[in-house]
Amino acid sequence: MSARTGLYVVLGIFWLAAPWLGLYPVFLMKLLCFALFACAFNLLLGYTKMLSFGHAAYFGSSAYVTGWLITAHGWGTMQGILGGVTTAMLLGLAIGAIAVRRQGIYFAMITLALSQLVFFVCLQAPFTGGENGLQGIPRGSVFGLIDLGRDASMYYFVLAVFAGAYVLIRRIVRSPFGQVLKAIRANEPRATSLGYNVGRYKLLVFVLSASLAGLAGSLKALVLGFVTLSDVSQANSGEVILMTLLGGSGTFLGPALGAIVVISLQEYLSDLVGAWVSVIIGSIFVVCVMTFRRGFIGEIQRRLGHRA
Amino acid sequence: MLKSAAVALCILPGLLAVSQVLAAGDQVVIGAIEDLSGVYADAGGQGAIVASAMAIADFGGTILGKKIVLLSVDHQNKPDIGASKFREWADQRGLNMLLGGSNTGVSIAMAKVAAAKKVPFFAVGAGGASLTGADCTPYTVHYVYDTTSLGNGTASAIVKQGGKSWFFVTADYAFGTQLQDAAARVVLANGGKVLGAVRAPLGTTDYSSFLLQAQASGAQVLGLANAGTDFTNSLKAADEFGITKTMRPAALLTFVTDIHSLGLRTAQGLYLTTGWYWDLNDDTRAFAKRFFEKMNKEPTMTHAGYYSATLQYLNAVKVVGSTDAVAVMAQLKKARINDMFTKDGYIRADGLMVHSMYVMQVKAPAESKYPWDYYKLIKVMSGEEADGPQPDPACTPVKK
Amino acid sequence: MFGVPLSAILGQLMLGLVNGSFYALLSLGLAVIFGLLGVVNFAHGAFYMLGAFAAYLGLEAFGVNYWCALILAPLVVGILGMVIERLFLRHLYQLDPLYGLLLTFGIALIAEGIMRGLFGASGNSYPVPDSLRGGLNLGFMVLPVYRAWVILASLAVCGATWFLIERTRLGATLRAATENAALVQAFGINVPLMVMMTYGAGVALAALAGVLAAPVIQVSPLMGSSIVIVVFAVVVIGGMGSILGAIVSGLVLGLIEGLTKVIYPEASNIVVFVIMAVVLMWRPGGLFGREST
Repeated sequence: MSARTGLYVVLGIFWLAAPWLGLYPVFLMKLLCFALFACAFNLLLGYTKMLSFGHAAYFGSSAYVTGWLITAHGWGTMQGILGGVTTAMLLGLAIGAIAVRRQGIYFAMITLALSQLVFFVCLQAPFTGGENGLQGIPRGSVFGLIDLGRDASMYYFVLAVFAGAYVLIRRIVRSPFGQVLKAIRANEPRATSLGYNVGRYKLLVFVLSASLAGLAGSLKALVLGFVTLSDVSQANSGEVILMTLLGGSGTFLGPALGAIVVISLQEYLSDLVGAWVSVIIGSIFVVCVMTFRRGFIGEIQRRLGHRA
Repeated sequence: MLKSAAVALCILPGLLAVSQVLAAGDQVVIGAIEDLSGVYADAGGQGAIVASAMAIADFGGTILGKKIVLLSVDHQNKPDIGASKFREWADQRGLNMLLGGSNTGVSIAMAKVAAAKKVPFFAVGAGGASLTGADCTPYTVHYVYDTTSLGNGTASAIVKQGGKSWFFVTADYAFGTQLQDAAARVVLANGGKVLGAVRAPLGTTDYSSFLLQAQASGAQVLGLANAGTDFTNSLKAADEFGITKTMRPAALLTFVTDIHSLGLRTAQGLYLTTGWYWDLNDDTRAFAKRFFEKMNKEPTMTHAGYYSATLQYLNAVKVVGSTDAVAVMAQLKKARINDMFTKDGYIRADGLMVHSMYVMQVKAPAESKYPWDYYKLIKVMSGEEADGPQPDPACTPVKK
Repeated sequence: MFGVPLSAILGQLMLGLVNGSFYALLSLGLAVIFGLLGVVNFAHGAFYMLGAFAAYLGLEAFGVNYWCALILAPLVVGILGMVIERLFLRHLYQLDPLYGLLLTFGIALIAEGIMRGLFGASGNSYPVPDSLRGGLNLGFMVLPVYRAWVILASLAVCGATWFLIERTRLGATLRAATENAALVQAFGINVPLMVMMTYGAGVALAALAGVLAAPVIQVSPLMGSSIVIVVFAVVVIGGMGSILGAIVSGLVLGLIEGLTKVIYPEASNIVVFVIMAVVLMWRPGGLFGREST
């Protein structure tokens, strides 16, 4: 266990010191937002084997609502985030209630279809700005105390939120609730026969996953100052699947690493090779599906004899 | 093994980011964010970058003793990419001026970044009049053309010829809606009627159902409030479905590259308004010849705009003696523009580069004497006629 | 009716029928693949796109005309599909079906990325073949001859495929292999070969749809991803393994989409998904499918 604690200490030091190392804070914050999105998604995929094909719906709708509350209604930053996360939670409840009744491919198809509905609502709704997106979202401040306009303060805020959410995810998975989820993943009929209301557990984890994805979306809206249709698009849903699987879906750090790898590749290779970035990422993904099914972190863990 | 994993997690973003930390104190950095692969890649695209590079070379390659560097990237018609890249270049690469980007939605997003980062932004090739209206900033210069002048030129010409009832097929984003509004205003002001409108997403390729709706309305004029491949696709489909026999198409925004891809047989007779044409005079022809050698096609007004805007910026910096944004913007708004692009241009208080616009008609195949000889001049609109003499009242941040 | 002139409704229904033909042809390929292989072929849109590009490149580079392309493009893409099945998919059958889905998802990403890198994101136009030019004046609209051809060709291919699978011995063998591959293999039938060819055939159907689509919409690397989600919804509505279900749902949904365009145009993009959600809640196996878990 101490090796793992050591790892977290090293990571912590690095991420706390990153702005002073001359790295571009806005890029780092974007990494954190998507790392959170991937970790939230992994709550579903990694721990209950539910492959949601429309997770961008929660990420994007929360981002839109946060942006809209702040720009059109003058809400404060924290209230805006809360509003966004609540939206994602309610959306997760609505979609989850329909989707968790089915399994496997049908579950995936329902999440896909319903997230498309969300996409088209965002396209048509006047407040989202359609193809133009929602622009110029101010960062505001934390309860009026810490101004988030400066990149440095925003960075630590995002880092704190990410760390908090990460700890929350770990606690959920390690809790008795998490144990039941693992039982459901291992053998659903047996879990039912043991008296657990499987449907309710699945719905609850679905809502949790959606809410945290929403939190990631709200943060992204504030960090970059705009929300566009790509945030709620099918492509975004596909990307988070990619990130999670690359990094390793049965682990905690895996999705975060996957997000960092994918976004960094996109950022730095697109200048060099343009559209070929997706070929590279797709190829890595195919390799992972064929051979390294546990993803990078998963493979590392396996060699070290750790259990998820 | 674990340590290397930790190292990987930390260093990966670090290594990749280090390459970005470049000192730019001894360079003047100009950026160009364009649509290099999508709907507007022909009208703007790589040719725009080339035109900018030509301007830098013509200027001499250095200014105030510093080398001029040109950065470019593809915004893929996504406002988030345009805005993020602009912000990143401003933060990390010492960007001094940005040229962009054929897409109004992306340009509006970039204009907001320009205001936040205080970097002069030349919106070249985008049409939305709101760039100097509700979305204006003290750092925006709107070059080449805008939706107001397009409406005043093309819509006006068609209404006056009897095209009184209109139905619009509009690209569903800022540019399309603003273009539709501008044209509709002209139609109504001249006693016409707008019978309806339908919105098609940017990049739609199959216009059949939209065009059927247009036909069902019974309007005389099919107002195409879109551009680039959207425009060529909708016109081709209108032809296919026999709609051009019963409705008159109004090409509210066309580039000479669109006419080239449509062919004169399909496009003949179309009225259009343009800010520049390669075959206008000796200066334009000289530029066009050089451009043709590099790109194997004649330049559009966007390409000429990129060339001119780059030169005007560099000239302003030379006069002011520094790249200070406020001083340069003030100088730009004082100077008259007399170059290959226009002889009578000036930059208004709200950022619009006001200049003469040309109403053209596409020649019939028999009238065309040489390759790319597509337009005949119908009317020259002075800048005031095209865009009105006063700054847009909707532009509040820039008061003069 | 609905306060809209009849001619407008008929016009949109006609266009809806054209779209429906595409949906039917594409869902057919998907249903065949899912029915036999149990694989949700996320790369179906990519193969559709590759078929269109094969026709386009055939014309531009080799002067292959449309009619040859109708045969050659599906052949070429079908072979590509078989290679992918042999090299990649085959190894995933014993695992969770999600892996097959994810693999095809990755393949789609790669295919689209390569084409985008080579050709950019905007479309290339493919001309309508001369013999199919012109329009038919139907009174309420002018229907381009080419679109009438699309309807006829799709219906013919769908009908032939359905007949092949449901009424011939080959089809019976295929269907038996779906139920119990080991037993069929015991009869001496080379099941892996059959599976590979089935995947190739399903993919070839997608490519054929692509060639048919090329003159109607621009040949662009993005054409697959925009249509594949709708096609999935169609297949789910029809029942994932049902051939007839795929064909019927495709056509009917095309018509419904057309009708929606007249009544409430903004909803025409989502009507398919709304119907899918409703169908899944009420009949999880789809309208024609067999009940599943």
